[in-house]
Amino acid sequence: MNAHDLYVVSPYLAMAGAAALVIILDLFLPVSGRGGRGRGLLPYAAFLLLAGPFVLSLIQFYDLGDAANLVRGGDAGSDGAEASILLGSLSVDRFALFFNFLVTGAAALVVLASTEYVRLMPRFQGEYFGLLLFSATGMMLLAAATELITIYVALELTTLPLAALGAFLLNGRSSEAGIKFLIIGAISSALMLYGMALVFGFTGSTQLSDISSAVARAGGGGAFGNYALLVGLVLLVAGFGFKISAAPFQMWVPDVYEGAPTPVVAFLSVASKAAGFAVLLRVMFTGFFDVSLDWAVLMAALAAASMTIGNVVAIAQSNIRRLFGYSTIAHAGYLLVGVAAGVGTAQSGPETPVFASIGPDSVLFYLGAYTAANLTAFFAIAAIGQRVGGDRISDYAGLVTRSPGLAIILALALIALIGVPPTGIFIAKLYVFTAAVDSGLAWLAIVGVVNSAVSAYYYVRIIRVMFLGQPPAIYQDGGARSARSAAPWAAMGLAAAALVFMGVAPGFVMGAAGAAVRALGV
Amino acid sequence: MVTEAAVWAIFLLPLGSFVLIALVIRPFLNRWPLLAAVSTIGALTAATVLAALTLRSVILGHTAVFPTWEWLSLGGATIEMGLLVDPLTAVMLVVVTSISLLIQIYSVGYMQGDPGFARYFAYMSLFTASMLGLALSSNIVQLYAFWELVGVSSYLLIGFWHERPLAAAAAKKAFIITRIGDVGFLIAILYLFLKADDFAAAGLNAFHIPDIWQAAQPLAAGGAILAGGALTWMALGIFAGAAGKSGQFPLHAWLPDAMEGPTPVSALIHAATMVAAGVFLVARFYPVFQQSDNAMAVVALVGAFTAVMAATMGLVMNDIKRVMAYSTVSQLGYMMAALGMGAFAPAIFHLVTHAIFKALLFLGAGSVNHASGTFDMRYMGGLRRYMPATYLLVVIAALSLIGIIPLAGFWSKDEILLGAWDGNSHLAVWMNRATFISLLAGVALTAFYTVRMVMLTFYGQFRGGIEQESADAGAGGAGEEAAAVHGPAAHGPEEGEGESHQGHSAGGHSGGVHLAESPLVMVAPMAVLGVGAVVAGYVINPQWIDFLGVPVHWITGFVADGLLAATGGEGHAELPEFNWAIAGISTAAAVGGAVLGLAVYGTRLGRPEQDGRAREPLRLLGPVYTLLSQKYYVDALYEGLIVRRGFYRIFAGLMNWLDRRIVDGAVDLAGWFFRNLGSAVGRLQTGQTQAYATAVALGALLIILGFLLAS
Repeated sequence: MNAHDLYVVSPYLAMAGAAALVIILDLFLPVSGRGGRGRGLLPYAAFLLLAGPFVLSLIQFYDLGDAANLVRGGDAGSDGAEASILLGSLSVDRFALFFNFLVTGAAALVVLASTEYVRLMPRFQGEYFGLLLFSATGMMLLAAATELITIYVALELTTLPLAALGAFLLNGRSSEAGIKFLIIGAISSALMLYGMALVFGFTGSTQLSDISSAVARAGGGGAFGNYALLVGLVLLVAGFGFKISAAPFQMWVPDVYEGAPTPVVAFLSVASKAAGFAVLLRVMFTGFFDVSLDWAVLMAALAAASMTIGNVVAIAQSNIRRLFGYSTIAHAGYLLVGVAAGVGTAQSGPETPVFASIGPDSVLFYLGAYTAANLTAFFAIAAIGQRVGGDRISDYAGLVTRSPGLAIILALALIALIGVPPTGIFIAKLYVFTAAVDSGLAWLAIVGVVNSAVSAYYYVRIIRVMFLGQPPAIYQDGGARSARSAAPWAAMGLAAAALVFMGVAPGFVMGAAGAAVRALGV
Repeated sequence: MVTEAAVWAIFLLPLGSFVLIALVIRPFLNRWPLLAAVSTIGALTAATVLAALTLRSVILGHTAVFPTWEWLSLGGATIEMGLLVDPLTAVMLVVVTSISLLIQIYSVGYMQGDPGFARYFAYMSLFTASMLGLALSSNIVQLYAFWELVGVSSYLLIGFWHERPLAAAAAKKAFIITRIGDVGFLIAILYLFLKADDFAAAGLNAFHIPDIWQAAQPLAAGGAILAGGALTWMALGIFAGAAGKSGQFPLHAWLPDAMEGPTPVSALIHAATMVAAGVFLVARFYPVFQQSDNAMAVVALVGAFTAVMAATMGLVMNDIKRVMAYSTVSQLGYMMAALGMGAFAPAIFHLVTHAIFKALLFLGAGSVNHASGTFDMRYMGGLRRYMPATYLLVVIAALSLIGIIPLAGFWSKDEILLGAWDGNSHLAVWMNRATFISLLAGVALTAFYTVRMVMLTFYGQFRGGIEQESADAGAGGAGEEAAAVHGPAAHGPEEGEGESHQGHSAGGHSGGVHLAESPLVMVAPMAVLGVGAVVAGYVINPQWIDFLGVPVHWITGFVADGLLAATGGEGHAELPEFNWAIAGISTAAAVGGAVLGLAVYGTRLGRPEQDGRAREPLRLLGPVYTLLSQKYYVDALYEGLIVRRGFYRIFAGLMNWLDRRIVDGAVDLAGWFFRNLGSAVGRLQTGQTQAYATAVALGALLIILGFLLAS
């Protein structure tokens, strides 16, 4: 390992270091009797520590210049330095940096929004923020990993802290959520490992670049050329499908969303999903592009299934967190439309896949917009939950008279999730469906548009309840009074501003997404 | 040469004022609401100066197209944002900023003490910014966004006193009716999306407005991209949007109701600027319209018909603001008709002069309301003795509207009539003649209702103002009156007028009758507009010789040259010379109408009755009067038949049925399916982790099986 290697991995080290520091800091901050004033500083410490990975990513972003990748080639030994041990395992390129910023930003907002929430668990605040940041480290690594074992390790680093966080409230539902997430995650991992083993067995390598050339050489008839690749790839997709909560690997979602602490769900629903899509895009497009005509069909099918199942079942929900659980499944479907749209067919012959960068572009943009929208929604739900003391939609009746600010912010997020201008998801949906039509998947775009219309039904229902419903005579006391700190409001405001910004001036994020996808080098 | 930053500032200054008021002044400094007025007026002063500089720069150097920046690129279609500063835009910028500035100053006095003072100025800033953004847009999608934003701020301002049910209803009506027109506009834009590839093949951008002009020209390289029936339909789609905003038949019904907003709002939005946006839109895409005879014919005939129809309705209104509202609809009809007849420059000329004198008329109505507490002319009378300045200024504006030489309105109206007389070689002869005759009849009608308005308001004895009106309303007299007038339809939504006065009197403004001149802060802006209403017509468009350094036919030549440049022409456009015959005929019509008005309302016929209220001589017309006062039953048709019967009963019934049978059915089915079917899915969702794990494995297995079977 040489000094340059250290520099290359520095954002990841900084993120992990921040996590460790928060836990250590927790030991030294005084536990004062009233409200834990000393401990109250912890979230802000975590927030400030996030500047580390952010700034390092920014430096790397400018350092990258015209280069495709910061990791240097194997001839590093020539100038006397040790050869890089990173070669082949990580690619620190614009694609990875895009997700560094997305994950760091989401983590920062979630930390800010948790300042009030962590009062519910005064004893373990250090661990709470520490685990959150460890999970973020895993997500960042997942977006950079270009080798199957690294992918597996990063995936586990992402999942395990989230399982612990899911159980953090120490009550029945929360524990159930944590255990379910852990077990289903473990089974998905097992399937994925089995898939990796098959892929390794067939291609003789765990590196995506070698896998790609082996797949190109293989040829052969039938789906994916041969059975080993077929089974291996489907099992890999099953593992990723768990992370992105796509049907039919979505069963855990509503239970976990209902039981886990709200800020954790917020983080899970956006950052974890983004990391899942990052690894899915990189593996599929750089490792298996030669069989992409086959897996594009699979992606399209999963997209249609996820959208339809998510939206149809969401209609019947009465608990807002469960509703958002199904909503996130539906959005995984819209995102998969973009993945499938990344594969076009050549004019010369239908058997040759052509890379259509508009597909992955639209996925990255959608992830940005969805992160902003869902964070806005969940931060509002967390704050509302503390005020009305419940998560049933009926608890939200007449909310506008009691907390007009929260009602308006949640309404904005809901309108965005339907895909109405001037919000980011409107542009994102336009983008994804345009990509689908361009790649000859018009049927999938139609399914998506119909699903969007269906989704309006349950999103608007919440708005109607909040604005037109009769408020109950006596609110249950949710315990917490109105927020004492401005931090959750700041988090909500920033997320909402980002959401509208992407709708009004989408060029910035679109440009970043385009550069990130070019870095994949398909 | 004005810089790009300066042009952006024209739009950004009022927008910044809106943000400042909304985010800083209202939440934190609401104890000093005057700050909101200072912010708005300051921003608009700077914007007016910049707009004037921009106009000067365009005069010197003609059209300035600034570089655009890409907003969105999806597939083949690229949407770029930017500024388009041509003569049309420059004129529009000056009109909007200067009139808005004067009206904001007036508002300081008019809105004083209103609890929503700061909110009012926030909305006004937002509206002005949207209107300027609309005028500056170089891209049709950008223009559409501002178009909708103008609609939204208009909605907010009409419904400013949202606690009054009539104001809320009027806001809704305006929003919905203009939206109907906007569907046409949107379809036109969607058509451009379809043609994006054809545009790109010719090196053009389908949404860039100058490129759209070019694409419609038949001599462009490789023939016209937009042509034939598609071009006509696209032009008509744009015209539908324009007709909605400009209150053209049959989408005119919202504008008179919009008078429920504060009077300065009516002056700015529903007289001078927003309603002119429809005319602006047609003018903006005029190179497209010019390529379609049918579209031009529709614009001309709809405009001419609206001009006459609205004028007849203006004859019988008792609410001073409603008279002016119908007058506005009618005058907008003149502009549209002029555009349809090919008289592009006179339409814009009339837009400018009309903005000045109509804004003044509305501000006069607000001033009158300040004194009498009411808008019902039946309860006014004799006000010239109490408010001489307002009287003088309103008379000037009225004469300008009637078109008496040498006031502003005469020159622009004369140009329109001349354009209509010369006609459009693309239109059938009968269309040319029908348009001219309609517009001429409109002149006489305009003179009549304007004289009636002035006589009822300012002459005779004072008839008690709001106090008498409230007393009558309390005694039920007004109600009986209304029932007698309106006949059997009185139960419809249009028992309106009497009710609307109660609405006003309930509001914060009419604190009773105090017969005195309005404060200087209100009269001074009116005086400025008064000067404009006298001189603007000749000064900006001298007829025979250069005047005060302004060349002959300046404004018409200016915008006509801009249009010529837009269609790829060179040099100067040809302009018709002043025609004494047309001027004589139009003056005869105007004087005839005015004299008739004087004969009826200046004499015994129109004198107050015993009970102090003016009698209405027009009632002698019998059924015609009823037809007019019922607005040709168009509102009744819309609200009674289409909205109540059609929409609520049929459409809403259908939706209700769909909701109950289909959607609820689907929901129930989904619930039944996922909860009670007893299938694997149903059982899995009961929370059994083992089952979830099985589902994951089964899912993977099914996918593999699917691929095996398919291949």
